Amino acid sequence: MKKLSARRRHPLAAVVVLLLALACTGGLYAAFAPASKAQADETSQSLTIEEGKKLYAVGCASCHGKGGQGSSDGPSLVGVGAAAVDFQVGTGRMPAATSQGPQVVKKKNIYTQAQIDQLAAFIASLGAGPAVPTKDLYGPDGADIAAGGELFRTNCAQCHNFVGSGGALTKGKFAPDLQGVDPKHIYEAMQTGPQNMPSFPDTTLSEKNKKDIIAYLDSVNSSKTVNPGGLNLGGIGPVSEGLFAWIFGLGALIAVAVWVAARTAKAKKS
Amino acid sequence: MSSQDIPEENLPAEQDHHAHGAVSVADEKNPFADPGLPPHEHRIQDIDERAAKRSERVVAMLFTVSMLATVGFIASYVTIPKDKAIFVFPIGHISALNFALGLTLGAALFCIGAGAVHWARTLMSDVEVADERHAIAAEPEVKAKVLADFKQGAKESAIGRRKLIRNTMFGALTLVPLSGVVLLRDLGPLPGTSLRHTAWSKGKLLVNMNTNEPLRPSDVAVGSLTFAKPEGVEESQEDFQNVMAKAALMIIRLQPDNIKDKRELEWSHEGIVAYSKICTHVGCPISLYEQQTHHVLCPCHQSTFDLSDGARVIFGPAGHALPQLRIGVSEEGYLQALGDFEEPVGPAFWERG
Repeated sequence: MKKLSARRRHPLAAVVVLLLALACTGGLYAAFAPASKAQADETSQSLTIEEGKKLYAVGCASCHGKGGQGSSDGPSLVGVGAAAVDFQVGTGRMPAATSQGPQVVKKKNIYTQAQIDQLAAFIASLGAGPAVPTKDLYGPDGADIAAGGELFRTNCAQCHNFVGSGGALTKGKFAPDLQGVDPKHIYEAMQTGPQNMPSFPDTTLSEKNKKDIIAYLDSVNSSKTVNPGGLNLGGIGPVSEGLFAWIFGLGALIAVAVWVAARTAKAKKS
Repeated sequence: MSSQDIPEENLPAEQDHHAHGAVSVADEKNPFADPGLPPHEHRIQDIDERAAKRSERVVAMLFTVSMLATVGFIASYVTIPKDKAIFVFPIGHISALNFALGLTLGAALFCIGAGAVHWARTLMSDVEVADERHAIAAEPEVKAKVLADFKQGAKESAIGRRKLIRNTMFGALTLVPLSGVVLLRDLGPLPGTSLRHTAWSKGKLLVNMNTNEPLRPSDVAVGSLTFAKPEGVEESQEDFQNVMAKAALMIIRLQPDNIKDKRELEWSHEGIVAYSKICTHVGCPISLYEQQTHHVLCPCHQSTFDLSDGARVIFGPAGHALPQLRIGVSEEGYLQALGDFEEPVGPAFWERG
């Protein structure tokens, strides 16, 4: 106690006391505050839509129109569903800075998940469309990785490459790399077909098919992927491998040959 | 080690500059003097026995490392389970067995090569040797003897006199290679008209490749992409790949107002159109479909087709539009083909023009 009282006139003492007091108040509030779940579900749903409408008016209406009917700068959002909103806003593609350029690219998402849910609820209220998938739809439980590989090569590999490394399309458009993409967003992209990607609705690519594809991607194109052959050089096929072998492989051999021949073995250096 | 380290008495006495190869001096007949080889310089190993011993030890060590690496190769082959993975920076997670085999075999081969190079450069004789060229033409006596022998042989065989033998021999020698040419027929059955037909025919249902179920028009959404095979073609069939190489089909759905080509609209069903998936350039599977532009792009040579305008070629080397399959709906409400493709699918061939 003597130690503490000796420091009570320290210039930082007041700050420490203030911080302690704040932490106590905050903790007490968190413990005793009424749970937000207590509200009636229906009211919260209409409130969510109301909040989403406000967010929509600020971030989206300038291109997609006040009622989501679309304009020359953006397509109609009636019937695209909550899944499309969750994908486009969750990956930062929307709101787009401009409608110019070959395609809208992924960037930092500026909304919280709660705000995205509000936006999605508002768009879903405009017309029926695919809902945001639940975790059991895209989770790894019960997925068949081998079947997923076959489905991926049939439906996706033409643009996204064999292990999802992405590839070029026409006029500056491209299919993005799928590494590090949230499984939920992959599921939503298949369901809704963002931008120039065709959609793969549940009627032609079943929920189980989608789960298998996501499990395949997780096994071949994620940070924990085991690559038995070593360096995969981007996984984009024979072009990068050939380039590497010709430039670095052959280059190293030539460099060694030149180095061996350039060093004289003579006792008297000329 | 530089020349300063060599004791003076160990340096060789003055070299005999004309020891190797013939050297000529310029005179009237031969205006170009041959300067001969430059004086031979010794290596440290030629002068200093201790340096030579050191080189010997280095070479022996390299060969020994190679032997150890080979033993390591065999040991890793035997002991490392083939599904074990390890993390190696900066390569990532790789198979431990592949990594060990590559490393040890690489070291074994590299050490043999490095040892041989070091041996040749430091210990084997490096004395320059000149080898004079000899005349290309043979001596006149040799020539005369060969010609005389040849004439004698021709006379003894009587090939000029017995013309029947000569002519039949030429005939036999000319015909023998024909048997090889005839064997080329075994390369495979003649194509017949198979290039013009696929497994599609009137009434065959369009079966979804993903679910193996026949497709209904309501399954195919606008902007979606689906691949289909003809009803009755199963993956377990031995010739599945051969059949699908021609019959592969992609199905998309457009707003009927967006279809510009009259025949395409006629052959579609409520905006659902079915096109061959085989590029008409060299037959790559082509399905890089952009749903907003309705363009489909071939990954091999970037041929681009406009699926809203009769799959017209709008870019690239392809010479024909993609063949369209005429589709309708069966009595049970499934999508079905109303016939085979009207034109051959895939790349042009010469009878097709």
